[in-house]
Amino acid sequence: MKYGRVTYHPVLGTLDKRESLRFLFDDQEFEAYKGETIAAALLANGVRTLRRHEETGTPRGIYCNIGHCFECRVTIDGITGQRACLTVLKDGMNIRSGEMLPTPLKKGAH
Amino acid sequence: MTDVLIVGAGPAGLSAAISCAERGLQVQVIDEFMRPGGRLLGQLYQETDGSWWNGIEEAAKLQDKAASLGVVLKLGISVIDLNQSEDGWIVYTSTGILKAPALLLATGAAETACPIPGWTLPGVMSIGAAQVMTNVHRVRVGMRGVIVGINVLSMAIAHELELAGIKIAAMMLPAKNMINKDVGDPRKVMQSIVRLGHLAPSPLLRLGSGLMRYSSLQSLGLHLYPKRGFKVWGIPVQLRKAAVEIEGIEKVESVRVANISPEGDIVPSTSRSLPVDFVCMAGGLYPLAELAAVAGCPFRYVPELGGHVPLHNARMETPLAGLFVAGNITGIESAKIAAAQGSIAGLSIAAFHQVSGTEEDLLESIQNLRITREKASIQFHPQVADGRRRLESMFSENFS
Repeated sequence: MKYGRVTYHPVLGTLDKRESLRFLFDDQEFEAYKGETIAAALLANGVRTLRRHEETGTPRGIYCNIGHCFECRVTIDGITGQRACLTVLKDGMNIRSGEMLPTPLKKGAH
Repeated sequence: MTDVLIVGAGPAGLSAAISCAERGLQVQVIDEFMRPGGRLLGQLYQETDGSWWNGIEEAAKLQDKAASLGVVLKLGISVIDLNQSEDGWIVYTSTGILKAPALLLATGAAETACPIPGWTLPGVMSIGAAQVMTNVHRVRVGMRGVIVGINVLSMAIAHELELAGIKIAAMMLPAKNMINKDVGDPRKVMQSIVRLGHLAPSPLLRLGSGLMRYSSLQSLGLHLYPKRGFKVWGIPVQLRKAAVEIEGIEKVESVRVANISPEGDIVPSTSRSLPVDFVCMAGGLYPLAELAAVAGCPFRYVPELGGHVPLHNARMETPLAGLFVAGNITGIESAKIAAAQGSIAGLSIAAFHQVSGTEEDLLESIQNLRITREKASIQFHPQVADGRRRLESMFSENFS
């Protein structure tokens, strides 16, 4: 389900028309507006899960949305550990969600 | 050559930048966020005179004024480390090393977690996250949600979400556990919200604020508290219900809600699932002070100010030469107080640089801050002024 944007607001006014851009998230193409963060654009497109917990594989999304908690870390154009909530999108950005990692030294490892 | 480096472009940092630049100092401000204004940006509420306080406009005013005075503002920069040298402060950032004889830390606050099982599911976010997503990024956080945690901040943001057309099914407490103590205790929460009675549209809350100053009546009030809660801005505020668990597999699907006793204990066999697509956690705020700790600044624990705060005096000086603090890093208060503290810090920094004629303005601005604080209609903690006095005397006992 797409949550979309708060286009009209009774006090803050109507959103101005913005230039659109396109980006890839896990090989799927999405549309966003110039100036939007990765986290905001993905949420507007209905994507809540930004990564899997490295050890348990459970899904994670934004939590604090202002850079403190690091729950939203993703890989941007090959650079790991970037915060989706603080990164403003650029046209053609290639973003990958964080994945579960092997735990070969853990007892009962998979 | 930068005379002062300011970390944080919120109300405190920008006000300090303006105050420094007005006295001829070369100022550089950095912030991690992509827009200046800090947490001013999400704020939107009606003043008692009916006018709207729009944080986005307030931030733009500060930004414009700072820019007109030649303040250099750089955004999207994170501070990684800092240390003191003979020439002043060296700050290591994500884009390089910055140096200045004076350093102001105006890093604001962070949200206290109030975890319950399921809080890591996508769709669960802090209340501040929902505020920023809605008012700054203008993206919907969901269609229908609940707010877990009842306090000054969460009630204000609940109203903001409703204004943006996002439905809040209810506000309730987090279930008490080893971490959630006061925030899960209806008596403690009642004590903190009745102070807001004069601002509340609900007759019950207004009545409550008159009666509930007496602890015996508070307990009585909670026994009589309506099971369905009372409504504030059309949102049910349920002090006698707690979120026990957030349910879902890949994302939030529902919240398991149970009735609680006036002490916050779960009433057995009363839980049911409330379907929602997002949940906001609201545990309150604490001063975001890691950089002061990295700098080697001593700290004191002052609960009235929101926890551990860097030791500082009324001039916003820390015991470390050239290190200043302002805003919520010094204690949780409103944006207006943060801005006033920023102006004081700016004057103090000018005095540090031996700009002549600042002393009188500095003393006057310290006095003005005390008046602003006394008149504040919303206080995050009722004894904030006591906490400030105690901290200042701890400073003078140790460093004067």
